[in-house]
Amino acid sequence: MTTPSDVSPILGKLTLAALPLDQPILVVTFIVVAILGAMLLGAITWFRQWGYLWREWLTSVDHKKIGIMYLILGTIMLLRGFADAIMMRLQQAMAFNGSEGYLPPHHYDQIFTAHGVIMIFFVGMPFVTGFMNYVVPLQIGARDVAFPFLNNFSFWMTVGGVILVMMSLFVGEFAKTGWLAYPPLSGLTYSPDVGVDYWIWALQIAGVGTTLSGINLLVTIIKMRAPGMSLMKMPIFTWTALCTNVLIVATFPVLTAVLALQGLDRYLGMNFFTSDLGGNAMMYVNLIWIWGHPEVYILILPLFGVFSEVTSTFSGKRLFGYTSMVYATVVITILSYLVWLHHFFTMGSGASVNSFFGITTMVISIPTGAKLFNWLFTMYRGRIRFELPMMWTIAFMLTFVVGGMTGVLLAVPPADFVLHNSLFLVAHFHNVIIGGVLFGSFAAINFWFPKAFGFRLDPFWGKVSFWCWVPGFWLAFMPLYILGLMGITRRMRVFDDPSLQIFFVIAGFGVAVIACGIAAMLIQFGVSILRRDRLRDTTGDPWAGRTLEWSTSSPPPEYNFAFTPVAHDLDAWYDMKQRGHERPAAGFRTIQMPRNTGAGIVLAAFSTICGFALIWHIWWLAAGSFLAVLVTAIAHTFDYDRTFRIPAETIADTEAQRARALAAAE
Amino acid sequence: MMRRLALFAVPLLLGGCNLVVLNPAGDVAQRQGDLVLMATGLMLLIILPVMALTVLFAWRYRAANREARYEPEWSHSTGLELVIWAAPLIIIICLGALTWAGTHLLDPYRALSRIAPDRPVAASTRPLEVQVVALDWKWLFILPEQGVASVNELAAPVDRPIRFRITSTAVMNSFFIPALAGQIYAMPGMETTLHGVINRAGEYEGFSANYSGAGFSGMRFRFHGLDGNGFEGWVAQLRQAGEGLDRQRFLALQRPSQNEPIRHFSAVDPDLFSAIVNACVEPGRMCRHDMMSIDARGGLGVAGIDSVRRIGSDGAATGRTTAMVSSICTIPSFPEARPMPPPVAQARLTGAGLRPPGLDGSQPLAVTQLPPGPES
Amino acid sequence: MTTDTATTAGLPPRFYDLEEHDHPEGSSTMLGFWIYLMSDCLIFAILFACFAVLGGNYAAGPSPRDVFELPLVALNTAMLLFSSITYGFSMLAMRAGRPGLTRVWLAVTAAFGLAFLTIELHEFTHMISIGATPQRSAFLSAFFTLVGTHGLHVTFGVIWIVTMIVQVGRHGLIAANQRRLMCLSLFWHFLDIIWIGVFTFVYLMGMLR
Repeated sequence: MTTPSDVSPILGKLTLAALPLDQPILVVTFIVVAILGAMLLGAITWFRQWGYLWREWLTSVDHKKIGIMYLILGTIMLLRGFADAIMMRLQQAMAFNGSEGYLPPHHYDQIFTAHGVIMIFFVGMPFVTGFMNYVVPLQIGARDVAFPFLNNFSFWMTVGGVILVMMSLFVGEFAKTGWLAYPPLSGLTYSPDVGVDYWIWALQIAGVGTTLSGINLLVTIIKMRAPGMSLMKMPIFTWTALCTNVLIVATFPVLTAVLALQGLDRYLGMNFFTSDLGGNAMMYVNLIWIWGHPEVYILILPLFGVFSEVTSTFSGKRLFGYTSMVYATVVITILSYLVWLHHFFTMGSGASVNSFFGITTMVISIPTGAKLFNWLFTMYRGRIRFELPMMWTIAFMLTFVVGGMTGVLLAVPPADFVLHNSLFLVAHFHNVIIGGVLFGSFAAINFWFPKAFGFRLDPFWGKVSFWCWVPGFWLAFMPLYILGLMGITRRMRVFDDPSLQIFFVIAGFGVAVIACGIAAMLIQFGVSILRRDRLRDTTGDPWAGRTLEWSTSSPPPEYNFAFTPVAHDLDAWYDMKQRGHERPAAGFRTIQMPRNTGAGIVLAAFSTICGFALIWHIWWLAAGSFLAVLVTAIAHTFDYDRTFRIPAETIADTEAQRARALAAAE
Repeated sequence: MMRRLALFAVPLLLGGCNLVVLNPAGDVAQRQGDLVLMATGLMLLIILPVMALTVLFAWRYRAANREARYEPEWSHSTGLELVIWAAPLIIIICLGALTWAGTHLLDPYRALSRIAPDRPVAASTRPLEVQVVALDWKWLFILPEQGVASVNELAAPVDRPIRFRITSTAVMNSFFIPALAGQIYAMPGMETTLHGVINRAGEYEGFSANYSGAGFSGMRFRFHGLDGNGFEGWVAQLRQAGEGLDRQRFLALQRPSQNEPIRHFSAVDPDLFSAIVNACVEPGRMCRHDMMSIDARGGLGVAGIDSVRRIGSDGAATGRTTAMVSSICTIPSFPEARPMPPPVAQARLTGAGLRPPGLDGSQPLAVTQLPPGPES
Repeated sequence: MTTDTATTAGLPPRFYDLEEHDHPEGSSTMLGFWIYLMSDCLIFAILFACFAVLGGNYAAGPSPRDVFELPLVALNTAMLLFSSITYGFSMLAMRAGRPGLTRVWLAVTAAFGLAFLTIELHEFTHMISIGATPQRSAFLSAFFTLVGTHGLHVTFGVIWIVTMIVQVGRHGLIAANQRRLMCLSLFWHFLDIIWIGVFTFVYLMGMLR
C-alpha cells in the first residue's frame, strides 16, 4: 500500500491508512477487545490491584507464577487462534457455486497465516514452556530454576511477540504468506507491506525468549536435581523436558538466523533468498525446516512425558519400560534433526535423497510406537481410575495413532507427491497436534491444576468439554482426510466443485462442536473457582501421585520444599509414602530465594517497542528503544543484591500450618 | 459414540465422491495411489491391534473391576520390550523397502517405462514435451513440438508419455494434475521435470498446490485427455488462434492477473522457455546460465559492479521491481535443447537394480541447474 | 522423626536433606553461559553454511580476489589474537587478586578490540565506496552478514569489557565479578575462534576460489 517515498521521518510508514477502518469484521473485533480491555483495566484499578499485580506477578521470578502466566497466555491465544479457525471454516463452507464467501483474499490469507503462527508459537509453545516451568523444578526437588531473572525475561519476550501479532490485527496487517513465509513470496518484491515484518519481529522477539528459557531449564535439570536423583531416576516428564530443551537450544538459533537473513533481504535489499543476483530461495526452505521439524518434537515430547506420568499415576502402577521410554525419547530427539527434507519432497531432490529422508522419518515411528506400547503395558494389570487426565490420555492414544499412521504415509515420497499440501496433510498435522499437544495439555492442566491452586477442576464440565472436543475433532478433520484424497489442496479461498461443499459443512459443524468444548472448558475454570471450597485438596497429593511435586503442599510454598527431598527411587514420592517417611517438624533453616525484579518486563517492553518501530520503519524510535534495551541491561548488572532470605520462623509457621491441614485431612 | 457414528458415515459419504488420488486416470498416479493403500495396509497391521488393546486394557483394568489382576510393581519384561521394539521395526523395514523401490520407480525425473500394467513403452516412442510456466496467477503451457501455447488449458493424447519441464516466473507454485501424476514444485529460475501418462480420455482438473498469493484459488486449469485425433484437433484449434507468443506478449502476460480465462497462441518463440528459466525474457538482461558461467570463472570484477539496474518485473501497476544484471552480449544464447532421455530398460526393476537417473549423464539428478552456456 | 544420617543397613533411609546449606549464588552460571555460547555458535554455523552455498554467486560482479585485501585482514587478525592474549593476562591478574592490573589489561583488550573494529569498518566502507555493497550479489550479502555479525559480537564484547572495568573498579574482584570475568573470557575467546574460521573459510579460501 505504501511505497518507500511515503516514509515520514517521524512515523515511518505508519499512517491513518494503516488502520483497517474499512473492514467491519476488524472494527467490531477491535471495539469488543477495547471494551473488554477497558473493563479489565478498570476493574484492576477499581479494586486497587495494580500494586499487587506488579509486585506478585509481573515482576515475579517465581517459576510457579511464571509457569501459570505462560498457561494463561497460551489459553488466551488459543481463543484467538481458534477464532481464526472458525473464520476459515466458515469461508470454506460458504465459498461455493460462484460465491466469494465473506472474506477477500487480503483478509483470508492473513487469517490462515496467523492461525498457524499463533497456534504453534503462541499456544503450543507457551503451554509446553508453562508446564515445564511449573513442574520441572518441583519434580526434581529444586526451589527455583537456575536463572530466575532470565525466566521472567523469557516470559515477557514471549508476551512481546504476542503483542506484536495482536497489534497486526488492528494496525496494518499480518503476513499473507503461510505460516513459514517462504520466499520469494515473502520477499520485498511480492510482499511489500508490513505483514511479513510483523511476522519476522514477533517471531524473533518470542524466539529469543524461547532460546533463553531453553538454556535456563536445561541448566536447571542438569545442575539442580535433588540429592540421589541420578539421570536414570529422573521422572519421565523431566526427561522429556530435558530433551525438549536440548532441542530448543539446538534449533531456535537456526530460526533466529533465518529470520535475520530474511530481514536483511527485506530491510537492506540483500540477496540471500531473492531470485535475482545469486540468491537461493531453496536454502530458506531447507533452513526453516531444519528448525521447523525439531520444533514439532519440542511441542510433542513434553506431552509424551505428561501422558507417561498420567498413565502411571492413574493406573496406580510403575511406568512400564522406563529405560526404553528414556531411550525412545533420546532417539526421537536425535532423529528429529535428520528428517527435515520430508516437508518438501516435491522440490525435486533426487530419488535417493528423498528415500533417505523418507526412511529416517519412518524410523522415528519405531521409538514412538515403543512409547505407545509402554503406555499400553503400564495400563496392563493396573487399576485405572478414569479421572479427566486419564480420559484425555486414552483419547490421545486412540487419536494419535491415526495421525502417526497418516504421518508415516506422507513420509513415503511417491505418496507425498499426491498428498503434499493437500487437506489430507492439514488433517494429518492437526491429528497429531490436537490429538497430541492439545489433548496432552488438557490432561496436564487437569492433572496439575490442584497442585497449582489447591483445588481440583470441576469434573462435570471437564467431561462436557472432553465429550465435545474428541468427537468434534473427528468431525472437523475426517472430512479433510477425505477431501485430501479427492485431490483438494489447502489454503484455497473459493471452490468450483459444488459436490465438495457437504464435506466443508461437516468440518464446520465439527469446529462448532469443538467451540462448545472450549466454552465448556472456560465454564469449567469458572465453576471450579466458584466451588473451590468443595473441590479443595488439603493433602497436596490428590491423585495418589508418584513424583516429588506431590510431596509438597498445594499450592506449594514460595520455597517449594522446606527441606530438599532426597530421591532413592524413580518414583521418589511413591517410595517415600511406601516406606513411611515422616515430615520433619523442626530444625528449619533460613532459605535464600531470588528477589523479584522489574528488569525483565522493562527490557521486553523496550524490545517490543523496538520491533514495532522496525516494522513501521520508524528509525529514531528503533534506535532509541534499542539503546534503552542496552542501557537497562547494563544498569541491571549493577544490581548485585538479587536474593533475600526467608526467616526460619516464617518457614516453621508455614510448615506447621501444613501439618495441621494434613492432620485435618486424615 | 459420536466417533463411531462418524466412522459409519464415512463409507456412505465416500460412495458419492470421487477419490481421485486413489482412483486416477493415469498410470503414474495410479501407482502412487496404490502405494498409499499398500502403506496404509501395512501400518494398519500394527495400528489396529494397538487401538484394540487400548480399549481392551482400559476396560479390563478399570478400577471398578476388582477381578482383574493388579500388579503395581510390575514394570519390566525383557521379552515384551523386545516385541514392542521389534514389531514396529519389522513394519518399518517392509515399508522402508517399499519406499526405496517406490521412490526410485516413481521418481518424477525418470522417463516412463510403461504406460499401463503390461504395456511397456516402445523404444521408438517420443514423449510429448510440455513446457509449463507458473505465472501470477495462471498457467502457461508451451508445446514446442507443435509450436503452440495456451493459458490455463492443456490437452494430451491418451497413452502417450508426457514429459513436463516446469518453471515459474515469480514465486513458488506446485504443478499438480491429481488424475495424471503427483505434483512437483515450479520455482523461479529453476527447472523441474515430471513424467506422466493419461490412460483414460476425459476432462480433468489441474491447479497449483502451493499457496502463491492473492490469486491462488483461481490458479486452475483444464487438462483434457484426448484420443489421437482429438489431440490433433485441439492443436489445430490452437493454431487458428491467430495470436503468437513472443517475448513482448509474454512480458504482458506475466503481469499479475486473477481467474484468467483460457487463451490460445498459434505460434511460440522457440527460445522463450529457456529465456524464462534463465530469467532473461526482458531485452538486455543477462541470462542466468551466462551469469553462472561468468561466476564460475571468477565474476566480472570491480568493472562488473555497475551492471545492475532495477526494472519493473511485471508492469508498473504493482510497483514490483526486481534487480537485473545487464547482459554483455546482445543476442542471448542458449545451450542446445537437451536430448530426450531414453526410456529406462524394460527389464523388471527391483530395488537392487535401480540406477538413479542422472548417472548416465543424460538426465538431471535433481533440480536442474543449467550447464554453462557457450562462451559469450 | 526422620533421621538425618546417611542410609545405613538397618536404619530407615534419609528422605530429606536436613543439613542443607545455601547453594552458592551463580553456581550454574558457567554451564548456562557455555550453553548460550553453543547456541550462538549455531547462528554462526548457519551464516557459514550460507556463505558456503552463496559464496560463489557473484552475479557477474566482483569476487573475493577483487575486494579482499589480505594484508589488512592479517593485521586485523593480529589485533584480535593479541586481544585474546591480553585478556588472558587480565585473568591471570584476577587470579593473583590484583584488581588494578586486571582493569589495565581489560582496557588493553578493549583497545585491541576497538582497533579490530576500526579496521573492519575501514574495510567495509572501502568496499561499499567502490560499489561492492551487500546488495550487489549473494556472495557479498553472505560476506557482509557473516563478518558483520562477528563484528557486532565484538562490539558488544567491548561494551561488556568497559562495563566490567567499571564494576571491578567499584566492587573489586568479588565472586560475582570474577564469575562475570570468566564468562566474558569465554565469550571473548569464542569470538577469536569464530574469527579464525572466518579468516580461513572466507578470506583465505575465498582468495583461492
